[in-house]
Amino acid sequence: MDFQTFLQQFVNALSLGSLYALIAIGYTMVYGILRLINFAHGDVFMVGGYLAFFGISSFLIPWWLAFALAIVLTTAFGVGLERVAYRPLRDSPRISIMISAIGASFLIENLAIVLFDARPKAFPVAEFFAKNYVIGGVYVAGISLLIPIVTAVLLAVLLWIVNRTKTGMAMRAVSTDIDAARLMAIDVNRIVSITFAIGSALAAIGGIMWALKYPRLEPLMGIMPGLKCFIAAVVGGIGSIAGAVLGGLLLGMVELMTVAFLPELTGYKDAFAFILLIVVLLVKPTGLLGKNQGEKV
Amino acid sequence: MNTLLTQNDTQRRDRMLTLGAAVIGLGLLFAFDSMFDRFTMQIFKLCAINVILALSLNLINGFTGLFSLGHAGFMAVGAYTCAILSMSPEQKEANFVLQPIMPVLLNVQMPFLPSLLIGGLLAGFIGWVLGVVTLRLRDDYLAIATLGFSEIIRVVLTNAQTITNGSLGLKGLPRFTTMWWAWGSAIVITLFLVLLIKSTYGRAFKSIRDNEIAAEAMGIDVLNMKVLSFTISSALAGIAGGLLAHYLTTIDPKQFIFLKTFDILLIVVLGGIGSITGSIVSAIVVTVLMEALRFLDGPLNLGFMVTNGIPGLRMVFFSALLMIVVIFRQQGLMGTAEFSWNSLARIGLLPKRGQKSGKGVE
Amino acid sequence: MKKRFSLLTLAAMMAAGISLVGCSGSGSTDKNVIKIGVFQPLTGANGAGGAAEYEGTKLANKLFPEVLGKKIQLVVVDNKSDKVEAANAATVLAQKEKVNAVIGSWGSSLSMSGGPIFAEAKIPAVAVSATNPNVTKGNEFYFRVCFLDPFQGTVGAAYAFNTLKAKKVAIIREVSNDYSVGLAKFFVDEFVKLSGNKNAIVATADYNTGDQDFSAQLTNLKQFEPDVIFAPGNYTESALIIKQARALGIKAQFIGGDTWDESSFLTVGGSAVEGAVFSTFFANDKPINKTSEAFLKAYREEFKKEPAAGSALGYDAYLVILDAIKRANSAEPQKIRDALAKTKGFEGSAGEITINAERNADKAAVFKTVKDGKFVFLTTVKP
Repeated sequence: MDFQTFLQQFVNALSLGSLYALIAIGYTMVYGILRLINFAHGDVFMVGGYLAFFGISSFLIPWWLAFALAIVLTTAFGVGLERVAYRPLRDSPRISIMISAIGASFLIENLAIVLFDARPKAFPVAEFFAKNYVIGGVYVAGISLLIPIVTAVLLAVLLWIVNRTKTGMAMRAVSTDIDAARLMAIDVNRIVSITFAIGSALAAIGGIMWALKYPRLEPLMGIMPGLKCFIAAVVGGIGSIAGAVLGGLLLGMVELMTVAFLPELTGYKDAFAFILLIVVLLVKPTGLLGKNQGEKV
Repeated sequence: MNTLLTQNDTQRRDRMLTLGAAVIGLGLLFAFDSMFDRFTMQIFKLCAINVILALSLNLINGFTGLFSLGHAGFMAVGAYTCAILSMSPEQKEANFVLQPIMPVLLNVQMPFLPSLLIGGLLAGFIGWVLGVVTLRLRDDYLAIATLGFSEIIRVVLTNAQTITNGSLGLKGLPRFTTMWWAWGSAIVITLFLVLLIKSTYGRAFKSIRDNEIAAEAMGIDVLNMKVLSFTISSALAGIAGGLLAHYLTTIDPKQFIFLKTFDILLIVVLGGIGSITGSIVSAIVVTVLMEALRFLDGPLNLGFMVTNGIPGLRMVFFSALLMIVVIFRQQGLMGTAEFSWNSLARIGLLPKRGQKSGKGVE
Repeated sequence: MKKRFSLLTLAAMMAAGISLVGCSGSGSTDKNVIKIGVFQPLTGANGAGGAAEYEGTKLANKLFPEVLGKKIQLVVVDNKSDKVEAANAATVLAQKEKVNAVIGSWGSSLSMSGGPIFAEAKIPAVAVSATNPNVTKGNEFYFRVCFLDPFQGTVGAAYAFNTLKAKKVAIIREVSNDYSVGLAKFFVDEFVKLSGNKNAIVATADYNTGDQDFSAQLTNLKQFEPDVIFAPGNYTESALIIKQARALGIKAQFIGGDTWDESSFLTVGGSAVEGAVFSTFFANDKPINKTSEAFLKAYREEFKKEPAAGSALGYDAYLVILDAIKRANSAEPQKIRDALAKTKGFEGSAGEITINAERNADKAAVFKTVKDGKFVFLTTVKP
């Protein structure tokens, strides 16, 4: 492989990894607060993509307005999901909450098949995003330049919210000990709702960015990105926002660089993420940037 | 003294009833075999396969309290092993059109039973390896690691062209899974699990489920017990996979996508996590409903209006049902309760005798 | 109390289950109705393809609702793009509905799942666009009205070699899709034979169904500077591949198979798919005979859109069965089968159909390209 090709692969990986990172942040936020794998996160992501699609294609509104509306509606959807599927089970055994999460994901997917139609839809990409650039012999899609910027901005905003605001302090408190937080007069339900709102908004932004990069929508499109971004969050250290970004970038690198250096293994590409997960869990179960948390007795 | 007598009475009554039920059950199987048409028979066989799948998932999720989502992978291992071992060399040559099968595998041909058992053993062995590696993990990590593992299996099956025929799959398998094979296996496995759950091992599983730390304090080798339960569960899933392969007579990697595990999970949750009776009843009911509700996908006549066909409505029904059960009746149909003659007596379907001493529902 | 509740629910559910099984045994057997089963995936991954074929069949049924003075009723079952479901759905058609003949299914593996069930029930089935050789191989009751993958791979390679004068070819295949893997192999074999150069295939890359990012594989292929990239696979994945290839500065000509013949290929691919070439069954911009003129007119009126190739073949499959029933002068499945096997020179909307000894149709392939966001007819290649 010549240097040019390596550089191209590096850029490819960076572009995919920053997209993973964007979605992984939402995962890590929710998990950090509730210790819940939100299996439906990938489906919220799918809903975000579809809402933007309907805004542009069916209601013919400008793309920026459609994106804004899609983010707002998806946020409401995510908060509603928490209210219906997770809140009633907050004090139930973990296994019930996990089943509820799987059930919610299953239900959203099947509803999407009925409501949105199982056939793939082409996402209308505005001219603005469709430009391609060549920088020093390396080809970069315009959207691939935009995604890392969006990820970086969101990372900064979230770090500010979590570390500098009162709500963020409450979030950290709930994350550390939900009962103690309640005793400190923190409205746990409100904090959880806010977390879900942020997580869902991130999923919607991720969904829209994904659709701009890979302009194809289908009801089951959220499953694989959802799983992979969860893996990214675990690899980075679940609950850690910076870790999620790191994990996303790392996952992108692992997936594409393995293909780049070992082309005969391309058929196994989907398995790399899971192998990475199992290895990380065995070697460093807290992830790269995660804090060590004792088992709750 | 008096209690002892009634207890003996109850035991004798239960034994008679069990014997009677067994005879009636056997008679019913014979009757169904000659009475049902092919289509009903096909569904009836699928019920048995789903019973095995639900029971094996329940052993690990319900009785041991470990949330595993790798069942589709173990089924795939069992299905492929059983299929490759039982196919004739001619069938294999006809199937492997892109690249010839590995010469070692070409001439292997065994009867159904050993193929099925080896498939189960191999699935169990892989389960054992995976268990040793991943069962140290916390419950939610375990879920995602096992799910990932089942996807890895699928990817390997897709790419190992000379062993599995890759995405072309295997077709023309002998239709070995008769009603007797399906239900015979289901009954044997049910009996095995009932005995297992009642044994010391079963009690150890349950104590791990209820409180792992307490179980450890009581001197239970938690990790080994978890691995044991996981291995047995995987082996049973492998056997179900083998039965499924020879029921369908054609398999390919795509049908073992991890969503298949969710279908089994649906059955287990509806039946009650931690109830053998619940899993059996739920497996039968869900399998039958899956067929019976097929009309939901087609045009609906609501009396006052006729809707166009809405493909997918049937699955919405099942997923909504799952959500409703999880939120409003977490214990599912049976909770952790089991069927027993005493529970029938208690609701007045049998004469009430010996109820004071009867163990009844655990 | 709770236990009583659960036992009662249990009893109720069992009763419900048994009564449902009981109901499901009844199928109407009206003597004056001929039933044709439509065995298609209407949901799931292959939903779009199944729906397109069903549209063609539905249209044919509307135009020709009767034969031998009897009404033809379509019995539709959704096999959900899933093999287990397909086996069940096939059993419904064969055993419960007792249909006289079957049309379908989109997707070779789904057809193969139903194959043994139709054969055992001795009901003839006509596959619409299932191109895998194994569908009809060894199954006396399975026919098809389309060409096969070996033929399609061969004509694709011939087109690349003779028309495009390609020297270096790269392959990108959907490794989890039997269709794609098979077609790639037939293409490679033929291209190596034609060029006499074992190294003419410079690189092969794989991806999985549902993948969205192909940049790593494509960057690998780019190093070899191929003239032509053969990319058989699902239309949406293929459209994304071409789009990403262009974004990476790959200028090679893309060639594909019949699965690309779907409007989403154009919408997803946009300007990137301009100039892509593929083999397919039918060109809607160039009617080849009277049946195809009639079909195009009726389809456009009925559905207000342009038909996909699958719709034309779904239409033909119905007509071929109708023709067999007429010639057999009977709606008995065995007699329909025997008449089907003797189909010769039947004028279908997607070309003449002659069923050969392997129960396959000897048919010509059509090449199309994308021009100004539309599919345009290029040429016809006869077997």
